[in-house]
Amino acid sequence: MAVLDYVAPATVDEAVAVLKQNGQTARVLAGGTDLIVQERERRRDVGVMVDVKGIPELTQVTIGADGSLKVGAAASCASLYRNPDVQKKFPALVDSASLIGGIQIQSRASLGGNLCNSSPAADSIPTLIALGATCEIAGPGGRRSVPVEDFCTAPGRNVLGDGEMLVSLTFPAPAAHSGAAFERFIPRNEMDIAVTNAAASITLSADGSKFESARIAIGAVAPTPLFVKAAGDALVGQPVNAETIEKAAEAARAAATPITDMRGSAEQRKHLAAVLTRRVINKAIERAKA
Amino acid sequence: MTKRIVSTTINGEVVEFLSDPGTSLLDALRDTVGLTGSKEGCNNGNCGACNVIMNNELVNSCCVLAVESNGGTITTIEGVAQGDHLHPLQTSFLEEAALQCGICTPGFIVAAKALLDREPNADEARIRHWLAGNLCRCTGYDKIVRAVLDAAEDMRAGAKA
Ligand SMILES: Cc1cc2nc3c(=O)[nH]c(=O)nc-3n(C[C@H](O)[C@H](O)[C@H](O)COP(=O)(O)OP(=O)(O)OC[C@H]3O[C@@H](n4cnc5c(N)ncnc54)[C@H](O)[C@@H]3O)c2cc1C
Ligand code: FES
Ligand code: FES
Repeated sequence: MAVLDYVAPATVDEAVAVLKQNGQTARVLAGGTDLIVQERERRRDVGVMVDVKGIPELTQVTIGADGSLKVGAAASCASLYRNPDVQKKFPALVDSASLIGGIQIQSRASLGGNLCNSSPAADSIPTLIALGATCEIAGPGGRRSVPVEDFCTAPGRNVLGDGEMLVSLTFPAPAAHSGAAFERFIPRNEMDIAVTNAAASITLSADGSKFESARIAIGAVAPTPLFVKAAGDALVGQPVNAETIEKAAEAARAAATPITDMRGSAEQRKHLAAVLTRRVINKAIERAKA
Repeated sequence: MTKRIVSTTINGEVVEFLSDPGTSLLDALRDTVGLTGSKEGCNNGNCGACNVIMNNELVNSCCVLAVESNGGTITTIEGVAQGDHLHPLQTSFLEEAALQCGICTPGFIVAAKALLDREPNADEARIRHWLAGNLCRCTGYDKIVRAVLDAAEDMRAGAKA
């Protein structure tokens, strides 16, 4: 099937109406770096391209009075990592945004597209989970919110129903003495799909000696990016040292249920889940103390 | 299928053309507008041969719909030289022999221009990082990177003069 139409609605309500009216073959077009390629390679039928980049709410990046961050679902990775507030307060988002593809991809690719494409290896999703982001979804029945760790349901699948779209992601203001980081393992330096990736967000006690809270997520080791609650729990209330961190890394290894494919074996991925978890915790600590 | 009228400023001139909704900007540039300097290498976002600058951002034109460029501003490789006067990047690519078959060259030059316009002081590491989305099967990249470094120096000297 060829693309039959292209529409560029000016409001979320208009976009929802077009999605509802055209059913499954109407697709939201953000940066198109997944969608246009999938359509071309006949991996996805697209009847109507619904370009949401003309809707201001979908491309804005704003810090609220309370220090929370709201990222429009279609805001480009480049618009994120060039934003001074994001650089200062949410460096883990910069980690992810500057690893998705090369410059040419980053100037178009969005966090919303990365999330809605729902790949188990997506490089922003562990970060979104670690940072405790909330998805704001609009649909024919109005708006609803979903914690990002509940968004993906299977490879390429998520909780969006008929006529629904992602509007924005909201990140709580970073606490004092907190830090977050994302890393991935790939065989080359740039431009590859993660063999495994991981993100951590931690808050330390004021003297930096103990973990007060922690959220850890890993990717490419299960059908969806995984929120590993046990890994965060292993840190909370514990002293900041290698032993504690090792417990969290072990929890990540235990939670991983990877497959073997051309990018890596299940065994290697489990190993990487532990290694990367350790690394992102250490990097998050460094940032928390900086 | 509803054809769309697309009106875009390409290399400083307003161009109007008709496009199917699913046609890529790359295909429209090459087949409809007649600008064949942008190349198709992979057609899936991996090689950079199709690079153009759209609304001040470097993009893979194979991963953009032509209709998305409506009302926008595009620079293609054809707009890099000023008449017969080559851009410093083009001169340095020739001087450094930074090409063999040449299929990747328009993409590399457009990508490097996007970098140097934004970051005139880009160093070697930054240049290599920026060009990671451009693939070359012939040169081994070193000559390309040297050509970009040379051009950057020339452009900085030119800006001072
Ligand atoms: C060369 C290349 C390299 C890449 N490298 C990486 C990488 O290193 N890491 C990585 O994670 N990914 C990578 N990708 C994949 C892709 O770039 C990312 O997933 C990107 O974030 C997708 O965002 P987009 O805005 O382009 O999404 P689009 O392609 O526009 O959309 C993706 C999907 O989500 C849906 N969608 C988008 N926005 C919404 C919305 N607001 N509401 C509902 N549905 C929506 C679309 O309908 C589509 O199904 C790469 C792709 C290419 C071509
Ligand atoms: S042809 Fe567009 S990136 Fe290869
Ligand atoms: S010169 Fe042949 S691909 Fe680069």
